[in-house]
Amino acid sequence: MATLDVRKVDSFKKKLPRFFQYLVLGIVTLIIIVPLVIMVFGALKTRGEMFLHPYTLPIPPHWENFGQILTTPSFWDMLRNSLFVMVASTAGVLVVCSLAAFVFARMEFRGKDLAFNILTLGLMFPITVAIMPVYLVIRQMKLIDTLLAVILVQTAFGISGNTLILRGFFLSIPAELQDAASIDGCSAFGFFWRILLPLARPALAAVGALTMIVSWNDLLTPLVLLNRDALWTLPLGTMQFQGQYSSDMALTAAFVTLSALPAILFYLFAERQIVSGLTAGALKG
Amino acid sequence: MYYSLFNWNGLGPATRFIGLNNYKAILTDQVFVEAIEHCLIIVVFSLAVQLPLALLLAIMVGRDLPGRVFFRSVFFMPYVISEVITGIIWISMFSPDPENGLINALLVLIPGVHAQNFLGDINQVMLCVFLVLTWKYFGLHMLLYMAGLQNIPKELEEAAMIDGANRWQTIWYVTIPLLVTTIRTTIYLSVLGSLTQFPLVWIMTRGGPVNASEMMATYMYRYAFLRTQLGYGSAVALVMLVFCLIFSVAYQWLNRQPDPLSGV
Repeated sequence: MATLDVRKVDSFKKKLPRFFQYLVLGIVTLIIIVPLVIMVFGALKTRGEMFLHPYTLPIPPHWENFGQILTTPSFWDMLRNSLFVMVASTAGVLVVCSLAAFVFARMEFRGKDLAFNILTLGLMFPITVAIMPVYLVIRQMKLIDTLLAVILVQTAFGISGNTLILRGFFLSIPAELQDAASIDGCSAFGFFWRILLPLARPALAAVGALTMIVSWNDLLTPLVLLNRDALWTLPLGTMQFQGQYSSDMALTAAFVTLSALPAILFYLFAERQIVSGLTAGALKG
Repeated sequence: MYYSLFNWNGLGPATRFIGLNNYKAILTDQVFVEAIEHCLIIVVFSLAVQLPLALLLAIMVGRDLPGRVFFRSVFFMPYVISEVITGIIWISMFSPDPENGLINALLVLIPGVHAQNFLGDINQVMLCVFLVLTWKYFGLHMLLYMAGLQNIPKELEEAAMIDGANRWQTIWYVTIPLLVTTIRTTIYLSVLGSLTQFPLVWIMTRGGPVNASEMMATYMYRYAFLRTQLGYGSAVALVMLVFCLIFSVAYQWLNRQPDPLSGV
């Protein structure tokens, strides 16, 4: 009898903290999700419904808001600009960083330590601090109001962190592999291209996914470098749209939902890569 | 490969603009001094509230709680959503009109509580900004803590339990000291992020009302790009840079302390 009681108390003791844990986590989950859900609900309401009962379920759902936005050409322009910048920046970061990381991980040359220190210095300067000089340089290069400027800047600021991530990964690949390859007549670049890159695919995916998110969400760079609205990226356009249509909350909600959708879908799709990229970057840097 | 260098070369031409007068003007501008204060407030609150919260949640989710991956996914989601969208969503959440803002709609349900102005009130705006920053960024820190927890051998905690430590003692004396490297990293990210925060504040308040939520970055943007006083803006940027540098040097110094897990 006595042993049974002890067991009961034990399981109670175990269950209570569990319950408490789930309670707290559940509340936090609600705090995270409710604002997002309200936004999506709002997008599915007419302007009048939004005004009368803003927090209820959108029954029946109205898709007109989405239709209205999807038929404006400027939305598609922004989407295209954002996509273009994102793809180009990510490609730039992957090419530059994998080459640089290979050099830092596998080659010896004079001034390597100095170069590496300069590289890590880049981690200390968030883009906000450097945006002034960046603007001046871009202006001198006569690249203001070009998407190329945004791509260059985003690539440049992605270099430090991502090179460190990739270098860490390259270092973990055994040197014997390279020795074997060079005995078989493989050049350094051949080793990089044929052996290292295929092996580093998970790391490259992580870096790529992370760069895509950063580029997609970047507001400051396009805000400073782009004036012509034909070149605007989605964050810039969303900000402008909210200012223009702030009285029509339902339409704004629809616009916001549409511009959030790609990022959320991408996140659900590539969560593993994003998470591993972030943890690798933060813990090694 | 050396685009990173190319950016700093940009500091060269920028410095030419800066006369000492700019600095004098900046440091005697009450608005900028307040902007520094606001940044420091956000730094302190982030360190005192946001990081412990993230750590607590990470420990709660732990290594093997059923539903662990679900919670991680949900908590990290705001990080992926852009600052612009986050800002717009929370503008409507904080709307002073209970008909539009959910928070006020909930508040007026409590007897005796009136709808608050939130973003329009100079005394509340910083708190609101901080809450949104926490909403957006605590998931990142939690994610890093969770990754750090994975690196701690379970046996260490079990050994402490066997030696008679209770759960809290184990967390306080074993888990947290072993997480110190991760905690350092999150402090670094959090402080630099707070010092240079721009997009969320810009979207939500434009630094207002009456400069009550002005940050160094919004101040710089306003002067450099809206009022096109590039020299003045550069000087502001340099002050910001000095803050970041001071912090970075302090951080490097702290980082010399050895990692307790390196011997494990």
